[in-house]
Amino acid sequence: MNMAKIHLNMITQRSIEEGAAMEQGKTNPNYFIACTVCEMNPEDMKKAGIWKNTNVKVTSECGTVIVKAIEPTQYCPPGLAHIRQGVWANQVVPPRTQSTGTPQYSGFPVTIESAPSERIKTALELVQGAVGLWQGGKI
Amino acid sequence: MPKLIKGVGCPYCGSSCDDIEVLVSDDETKILEVHNACIIGTNLFHHANDPTRPRLPRRRQPDGSMKEIPYDEAIDYMAKTMLAAKKPLVYGFGSTNCEGMSAVARIAEKSGAVLDNCATICHGPSFLAIFDNGYPSCTLGEAKNRADVVVFWGCNPMHAHPRHTSRYSIFPRGYFTQKGQMQRTVLCVDPRETDTAKLADHHLMLDQGHDYELFDAFRTVLRGFEIPDVVAGIPKETIKKSVEIMKNAKFCMIFFGMGCTHTDGRNHNIDAAISLTRDLNTHTKASIMAMRGHYNIAGPGQVWAWQFGFPYCIDLSKGTHAHMNPGETSSVDLAMRDEVDCFVNVGADAGAHFPIQPVQHLKKHPFITVDPNFNMASEISDLHIPVRIAGVDEPGVVYRMDNVPIQFRAVIKGLPGVPSDEELFNKVYERMCELTKTEPIWLAAKEDRRYPESEAVI
Amino acid sequence: MASGEMIVKGGFIIDPTRKIDGDVGDVAIKDGKIVDKVSSSAKVIDAKGKIVMAGAVDVHSHVAGPKVNAGRLMRPEDKFISGVFRSGMAQKNGYRMESGFSIPSVFKTGYDYARMGYTFVMEAAMPPLLAPHTHEEIHDTPIIDEAALPVFANNWFVMEYLRKGEVENTASYIAWLLKATKGYGVKLVNPGGTAAWAWGLNCLSLNDPVPYFEITPAEIIKGLIEANEYLGLPHSVHLHQNNLGNPGNYPDTIAALKIAEGFKARNKFGREQVMHSTHLQFHSYGGEGWKDFCSKAKEVMDYVNKQKNITIDLGCVTLDETTTMTADGPFEHHLHSLNHLKWTNVDVEMETAAGIVPYIYDKNVTPNAVQWATGLELALFAKDMNRTFITTDHPNAGPFTRYPRVIKWLMSKKAREATIATMKNSDKMIGLTNIHTMDRELTLFEIAQMTRSGPAKCLGLGNVYGGLAPGMNADVGIFDLNYKNLPSDAEKIETAFQRAACFIKGGEVIVRDGEVVSHGHKKTVWVKVKMPENPQVTRDVSQAFTQGTYTVDIRNYPVREYLAPHQSVIDVNVEA
Repeated sequence: MNMAKIHLNMITQRSIEEGAAMEQGKTNPNYFIACTVCEMNPEDMKKAGIWKNTNVKVTSECGTVIVKAIEPTQYCPPGLAHIRQGVWANQVVPPRTQSTGTPQYSGFPVTIESAPSERIKTALELVQGAVGLWQGGKI
Repeated sequence: MPKLIKGVGCPYCGSSCDDIEVLVSDDETKILEVHNACIIGTNLFHHANDPTRPRLPRRRQPDGSMKEIPYDEAIDYMAKTMLAAKKPLVYGFGSTNCEGMSAVARIAEKSGAVLDNCATICHGPSFLAIFDNGYPSCTLGEAKNRADVVVFWGCNPMHAHPRHTSRYSIFPRGYFTQKGQMQRTVLCVDPRETDTAKLADHHLMLDQGHDYELFDAFRTVLRGFEIPDVVAGIPKETIKKSVEIMKNAKFCMIFFGMGCTHTDGRNHNIDAAISLTRDLNTHTKASIMAMRGHYNIAGPGQVWAWQFGFPYCIDLSKGTHAHMNPGETSSVDLAMRDEVDCFVNVGADAGAHFPIQPVQHLKKHPFITVDPNFNMASEISDLHIPVRIAGVDEPGVVYRMDNVPIQFRAVIKGLPGVPSDEELFNKVYERMCELTKTEPIWLAAKEDRRYPESEAVI
Repeated sequence: MASGEMIVKGGFIIDPTRKIDGDVGDVAIKDGKIVDKVSSSAKVIDAKGKIVMAGAVDVHSHVAGPKVNAGRLMRPEDKFISGVFRSGMAQKNGYRMESGFSIPSVFKTGYDYARMGYTFVMEAAMPPLLAPHTHEEIHDTPIIDEAALPVFANNWFVMEYLRKGEVENTASYIAWLLKATKGYGVKLVNPGGTAAWAWGLNCLSLNDPVPYFEITPAEIIKGLIEANEYLGLPHSVHLHQNNLGNPGNYPDTIAALKIAEGFKARNKFGREQVMHSTHLQFHSYGGEGWKDFCSKAKEVMDYVNKQKNITIDLGCVTLDETTTMTADGPFEHHLHSLNHLKWTNVDVEMETAAGIVPYIYDKNVTPNAVQWATGLELALFAKDMNRTFITTDHPNAGPFTRYPRVIKWLMSKKAREATIATMKNSDKMIGLTNIHTMDRELTLFEIAQMTRSGPAKCLGLGNVYGGLAPGMNADVGIFDLNYKNLPSDAEKIETAFQRAACFIKGGEVIVRDGEVVSHGHKKTVWVKVKMPENPQVTRDVSQAFTQGTYTVDIRNYPVREYLAPHQSVIDVNVEA
């Protein structure tokens, strides 16, 4: 049992893996693989008792999402975490805009905790689920 | 015999590369090979071959399932729904040509809608900074031919604009930059050591969200004043050295991206960036450019500026004049305040790219998606209308990130019966006019419209 | 073009092309053209007690294209001073929404020009690489016929050819570019200076060498006149001179005008000038600095009056808050350093640049008041009104919607004095200008020359625009002014020209009682030169694309046909 949590600063930005997969379609498995990862510094993983390549629960001021913790593909300093832009990131992105229209996609506080037994939902399940349309994947 | 089409524009990122070569089948219905494009662009072209691409509109049924309906029925539904709404929101246009953007403006005006585009969640803050401070910029060829110092601030072209560095900014040999990368000094300012940062001669790994302070420190040094020992996590000496490099450039080019606009400070970060560029111009030549995300996301800013005077967040519901006030008339804020009662998502995916809360708010009212493909928005819509793919099976004008208009071509024939964005919106407009018993106003754009039909193959 | 017959009856006709000055008469219209007579069943438009003129022609205005739009985009505040024009003209009433004051939207641009009885407008500067943008805006602008002048004087090809003295290659390149951009003629903006600006420099005098290209502004101007006359284009070179806006610039201005000496117009379009020098107001200043900044309109016009092969337009300052925009990139940077308002710049690879800065012409700021006087003085010193045209270099010296106000000032000394009386430093201004001593008041005939017959002829369009002779386009403006009894209150002159009582274009009623009633049938006018292919130019151009000096593909460079609906193409044949 691991009850440790870590508070990190979250950014959500583009990556080529996400872009390449998105253009194959958002229900394509590659999109799932590309966007369901949370990149964090190994030091931070250690502090929170998170094993790399295991699932974590990310909680922000406005929601939670289950993704997989991985070591950064592009170096991320301790204290900073990155989920690639997309459906999963947007479950936790705060819609506050500082009166500019643009949400706080980067630089918002999250807590991250180990959640090895939690399942990562599909994009469709998350979005349809959020608006009460999820029927188990039937379109 | 398959045909090789050269000089094709790529409808993915804001680099809008138009040196793509596409091999298409003899009957011009299949894309066989894609040359010169990056992995994303290649996937995009091949995805157009997907046999499951929707060919008919789909309407959501009471049991939650989707059922195919004829285009006429979809057009009628869209016209009636938008007219019935007090304040519809029309959002998107990341993947549409300017002809479509112009056509949609007619129906937005007719129905008293708010017209917004993806800039609202990307470079909208850059527009706000431009409103306050102007925009000393140039075309990408200027950067290529002249820039000997290139700064990437809060942007990561190696991932978001994969061919940017090879076509325009780091590697290419330009007219006055014959030695290419050897002749350029590259600075990267980013809280992560991104793949772009790895290419840079100097990476300033600032504390995330402290861009404004760092821009300010650059300006302070440039104006000859002292700064603290460390600003935004960067040592004073590094800042001074960076400013020296920029000041001594023959041509200093600053590219900035979402790292500045998505975080604390928003437009104020860009404001400071523009001021820095302006200050540099008292010493040398300097230019700044927003790394616009989509191949034609500069398009709606242009088309709607010449039609209404504003680039985004345009509230046409007053009937007499257009009103723009981001924060008030911006998509996400309107959604969060439940101020709109109909949502039309065009050539974008609000379902995937808005934070989830505004999506939940928007879903309380009729929700329509116009897009060639299935996406998250289409799968929660009450109506999904497929259209042709601009730059693949539909030609048209697009504006590259530097606002250079590029006339994209179609490389394959469109799916039978599937309209372009422009054709669809024109039909919706005609239907709206029938319903309101008014005369359509086409102007020259439609009056004598010659669709560029035979441009597919050169 | 409307079919059917129409007759404008009983107005005071003012038509300089036929030397008619206020005679009461009729204008007969059939199938979109003016004719000798029509049948008794023709639709009658009563013009009794009103003046009747041809549709007006604007020789120089920035109304469509990238820099105009950059101005719209960067200035949301410009929409808040839409003033009286913010009307209920929304779609439900059959119109597109209007917005903007100094840089109006395309819809408002078309409507406002039509309300003032204008039929043709020349977009004064089109960056070739961005030509599709200009054409997209033109086809979205209702009613008015438009053409656009591509800019040439800082173009790398032009500078290379002219440095080597290759006029024929320059001409071939011009022919190619006019076709590729669907352009109308040869615009020069700060020759060489804008090219220098790409490195942050400028060419202030005619003999400053352009960095890298080893050519001077004087050589560029001379070479382009030669190439223009070699081709025999409808319009002459259209010159925005070097050293714009600076105190003491008038000797440079006269020096540039002198380059035209010895050249004779060679064309089949009735044009007589070889140089059109635009917005001359900005180039007619004396003084060492802003303290003794003064008008040299007299000195400049003394030269212009003598030279029959030069035409000019005024560029009148209208004392408004406006938006300056020009391909003179270094000037805009300089202006920004004076007023510290926001600054936009767009350098365009291989071709040109542009800058945009908002500007407030404040009548209480002495240099602004001097500029106001200078613009009007140019007209008041002019001897040949058929070579002197009313413009505000829209929107640089003021918006085009102020033309009626400029006309008022030109026609009424009382109106000028009334404006001077409101100036805080009027005494100072009077000491630095001539305007207070000038009694001349222009006549309606002279106004018609300056806005109709003159500019049409200068553009080589005198056979279709600018007059009411049979065979010409049926573009007719009716204004509520009694020729025999002009109002003593000059304000009424402004009001009459602001909103035409009636405006007919192509034989179709477009404006009635000052309001737009039809969207008309606009045309895009451009010049197509037919000449033998020049292999060297073809090779040079294609290399610039294949070697990647340009960042677009040559196949995507020429403006496609469908972007310019309703083309009116003027053919020019050049023999081998």
